[in-house]
Amino acid sequence: MTTHDTDARVRVRRYSGLARINHWVVAISFVLLMLSGAALFYPTFFGLTALFGGGQMTRWLHPWIGVALSVSFLGLFLRFFWANLPEFTDFVWVARIRHVLSGHEEYLPEIGKYNAGQKFVFWSQFVLVSVMLVTGIGLWDQGLAFIDQTFGFVPTIDQRRWAALLHACAAIVAVTILIIHVYAAIWVRGTMSAMLSGVVSGGWAWRHHRKWLRKEVGRRISPAE
Amino acid sequence: MATFQPFDVIRKSASVTSTPEPNRATEVVKLIDTSKCIGCKACQSACLEWNDMRETVGTNVGVYDNPHDLTPNMFTLMRFTEWENPKSGNLEWLIRKDGCMHCEDPGCLKACPAPGAIVQYANGIVDFIHENCIGCGYCVKGCPFNIPRISQVDNKAYKCTLCSDRVAVGQQPACAKACPTHCISFGTKAEMVALSDKRITDLKSRGFDKAGLYNPPGVSGTHVMYVLHHADQPSLYAGLPDNPRISPIVEMWKGVSKYAGMAIVGLSAIAGVVHYMLAGPNRVSKEDEENAEKLAGGKS
Ligand code: HEM
Ligand code: SF4
Ligand code: SF4
Repeated sequence: MTTHDTDARVRVRRYSGLARINHWVVAISFVLLMLSGAALFYPTFFGLTALFGGGQMTRWLHPWIGVALSVSFLGLFLRFFWANLPEFTDFVWVARIRHVLSGHEEYLPEIGKYNAGQKFVFWSQFVLVSVMLVTGIGLWDQGLAFIDQTFGFVPTIDQRRWAALLHACAAIVAVTILIIHVYAAIWVRGTMSAMLSGVVSGGWAWRHHRKWLRKEVGRRISPAE
Repeated sequence: MATFQPFDVIRKSASVTSTPEPNRATEVVKLIDTSKCIGCKACQSACLEWNDMRETVGTNVGVYDNPHDLTPNMFTLMRFTEWENPKSGNLEWLIRKDGCMHCEDPGCLKACPAPGAIVQYANGIVDFIHENCIGCGYCVKGCPFNIPRISQVDNKAYKCTLCSDRVAVGQQPACAKACPTHCISFGTKAEMVALSDKRITDLKSRGFDKAGLYNPPGVSGTHVMYVLHHADQPSLYAGLPDNPRISPIVEMWKGVSKYAGMAIVGLSAIAGVVHYMLAGPNRVSKEDEENAEKLAGGKS
């Protein structure tokens, strides 16, 4: 659990190697989807299609990256599900959001593995990726052919128009939440290493996720010791 | 026949700054008089021949429509409807030549994300420029008339060109040329509207008191117009839309969602920068590390 380090003497393992690989597969596919989607979203960004080998290739690739994202996201979802269930402290956290934003965590209750903000990112991206998967298939010729063959379902033209509108709206919200997510990881120093090396400093855990730290330490003092 | 040049582009898909509107060239119209159509499909054959397309041989399911729908090869299709007129008790055979209407306000062009894949010329013709098409099928969603079809062969969208290549050299569209009953006419908008007036007067004198011109205002008019004996009920003609317009869902998708979307994403990025400047980084303090050490005791 803990290892020695030069500046922080307590180091806590937060993510296994597999969890980190899973996270970065999700992150990379998300960014690729964002770029290829933006190319089709607004003419100013159409030049981004060059990154994917042209317009036809972008149109062809985007849904397949979407499938990769959906599968890998499901992996993260199952992995992190239990730690993201809502609890009472989440409401307190939200009620004291101004202390969160000003970095005064001493006014907050002790937090488990995830705070309410992280749980919000988790659940909203779960909903949004699901929406984008369903509406994305509704915009995708091969996907629709597959749905027709397997379920005998063919959407009406209005349903496909809704799919386009909802897909774009869900993507906008998802990108906004991505920005918040990335910003939080930059703003709260010491967070990146959780997803890079899988280990955080004891001070980081004490400051931001004290309840989780206590549990990890408790686990260390197992009956065997 | 006059030459309808120049072929200036007045509208272009996915282009933020559209070309400044040049003096509008003479607008062309193809007028289809459903009351004269005998359903011979000469126009369909002429269309395949001029565009060098072939349709695979299908199966007969007991209807006259052949093929059963528009396809990436078949840009025009005779749709047959048998209708019992409740007033006269007559069985009427309504035959409509389906195909792109060349809308003045084209939904396909509005929806298309690929710059220059769909253009509208100064004479009103809406044309698909295949080398720019990415095959996304957005035009299918944008079109109020269910016209474009995506080819499974080259993944590009196809529809009637109004024979823009023939019109450019002063020829009429192939279908109009082939039609044996002069059901299909081609000319300037003024000429065609005048011709339709004559036809409508004639039809009215022969008992079709609801005869009229189909030039739907919801898409700012079309460059393919129908003379209908029952202009009060366009949908009798194999589901010709009564009040076609670009779907409000498409308008939202291609309008407010783009601007609102970019605003929301932009604002969240700005909010991040502002917050960082005000709050500064959230750093772990020395005390935090010491507290963690105390908590972990000697067990680290
Ligand atoms: C989850 C699975 C997903 C699937 C199956 C999917 C599929 C599609 C399809 C089929 C299109 C139409 C264009 C094309 O064929 O390439 C499209 C457009 C788009 N996608 Fe996705 N996508 C998915 C996820 C995402 C994600 C995660 C984002 C961004 C964060 C995204 C952003 C967009 C955008 C912005 C557009 C253009 C919308 C517009 O033109 O208004 N998609 N998607
Ligand atoms: S498929 Fe239709 S909407 Fe998509 S690029 Fe081609 S012409 Fe434009
Ligand atoms: S009928 Fe459809 S394909 Fe033809 S111009 Fe109108 S919107 Fe475009």
